[in-house]
Amino acid sequence: MSDETLKHTPLYAAHVEAGARMVPFAGYAMPVQYKDGVLKEHLWTREHAGLFDVSHMGQARLRGVSPLSAFEEVTPGDFIGLKPGKQRYSVLLNKTGGIIDDLMAGRPDDDGLFVVVNGACKENDFKVIDAELAGQVRIDRLEDRALMALQGPKAAQVLAIHAPDAAKLAFMETAALQAFGVDAIISRSGYTGEDGYEISVPGEAALHIWNTLLADERVRPIGLGARDSLRLEAGLPLYGHDLDETVSPIEAGLGFAVSKKRRDARDFPGARRIAAELGGDVTRKAVGLKVEGAPAREGAEIADAEGAVVGVITSGGFSPTLGYPIALGFVPPALAAAGTELKVIVRGRAQAAQVVATPFVAHRYVRKV
Amino acid sequence: MRFTKDHEWVSLDGDVATIGITAYAAEQLGDVVFVETPEVGKSVTAGEGLAVVESVKAASDVYAPLTGEVLEANAALAEAPETVNQAPEADGWFAKVKIADASAYEALMDRAAYDAFLETL
Repeated sequence: MSDETLKHTPLYAAHVEAGARMVPFAGYAMPVQYKDGVLKEHLWTREHAGLFDVSHMGQARLRGVSPLSAFEEVTPGDFIGLKPGKQRYSVLLNKTGGIIDDLMAGRPDDDGLFVVVNGACKENDFKVIDAELAGQVRIDRLEDRALMALQGPKAAQVLAIHAPDAAKLAFMETAALQAFGVDAIISRSGYTGEDGYEISVPGEAALHIWNTLLADERVRPIGLGARDSLRLEAGLPLYGHDLDETVSPIEAGLGFAVSKKRRDARDFPGARRIAAELGGDVTRKAVGLKVEGAPAREGAEIADAEGAVVGVITSGGFSPTLGYPIALGFVPPALAAAGTELKVIVRGRAQAAQVVATPFVAHRYVRKV
Repeated sequence: MRFTKDHEWVSLDGDVATIGITAYAAEQLGDVVFVETPEVGKSVTAGEGLAVVESVKAASDVYAPLTGEVLEANAALAEAPETVNQAPEADGWFAKVKIADASAYEALMDRAAYDAFLETL
């Protein structure tokens, strides 16, 4: 895809001016790193606060007579029971229980359901939702809004200066409120494992807000490179890599997204497969691996102690926080227990790898305020 | 010192070529976190893989600028891969290769030609 056909977020000029290296991502020209580089940006976010432009992601309101119950027809989550001010992580499922996308859906106010989906999947997601829920919900895409994430141990202190009400939110709470002089939708969530917020604002106000946050010496801009290494350390799957239309939430280790009520009701797409998997009939499970030697990247084979290929790495790289390579991949359930010794094949050579619990780096979500 | 369009550098001492990646390449890669150097005694062919350098984000091949046999690999990079960023055209060298044909060295770009090449990127 040439540069001319790539879309720009409202913050494009700010990234270029800051010396970012821009790359094509989900049809947009996005900053993969700024001048500091991936390693420093990663560590800065873990120690201070990082600001991410994630305006490529798809934002929409689902409106209708009962959008919450309608949304249960395409996801395995308990949305009827979603209280105002709360949001959930969920997955859009196909008929065979495979994941079409993973997403956040919340109730920042009484105006239907506010959903945020992956940028690379958004056109298909909204097409699928529209096809499945036509007549029940209207999808109002919020393409005029920007989205940024402020993540890290200093995020709450920084945001409290500009949006005191947002500081009252706990993890996975969301609110529509006035912040930075505009109508904002703020949730205490993110995809780094750190405390932090996702901040949706009108696109024309984004640059001012971006610069206002960056004026705080605790905040630095962080690119997609560090966003990827941060989420990997947090053990969070990335769509198109760890998740795709063949992967079920049970295989992916996302069983928490299949609510108790829905498990009993078995009333979601692919429920038969997912019920069978919950009953133990599952052929692969996502695991975390600590890798010795060279980083094992996506596509590298996983072998058992005898050298027989048993699985594949879905994402992997060097962990800046831990100082050694880590990876996510699929293995048979019998080899999925923490402590299991495996091999990863990197450039034709077998390297030692051990199954470890995820997250690799502990989450620091603030669940109570 | 001579250079390739793949951003390797070579310095020649008798028939021993020391090979690394240029400051430009190191800057483009970002923070190097792992280097896979070749085994001593391995025969390498100009234009084929010599080493692999890994940043946080990706793995990149380093190609042999000249044909020869690996005499020594830079063992210090195992403990300190960041040397490739700190001193790419000095202590961050990857391997020393015994070459058969010194004229191939002269055929590579000199500094002025490489700098001119960088201007075109």
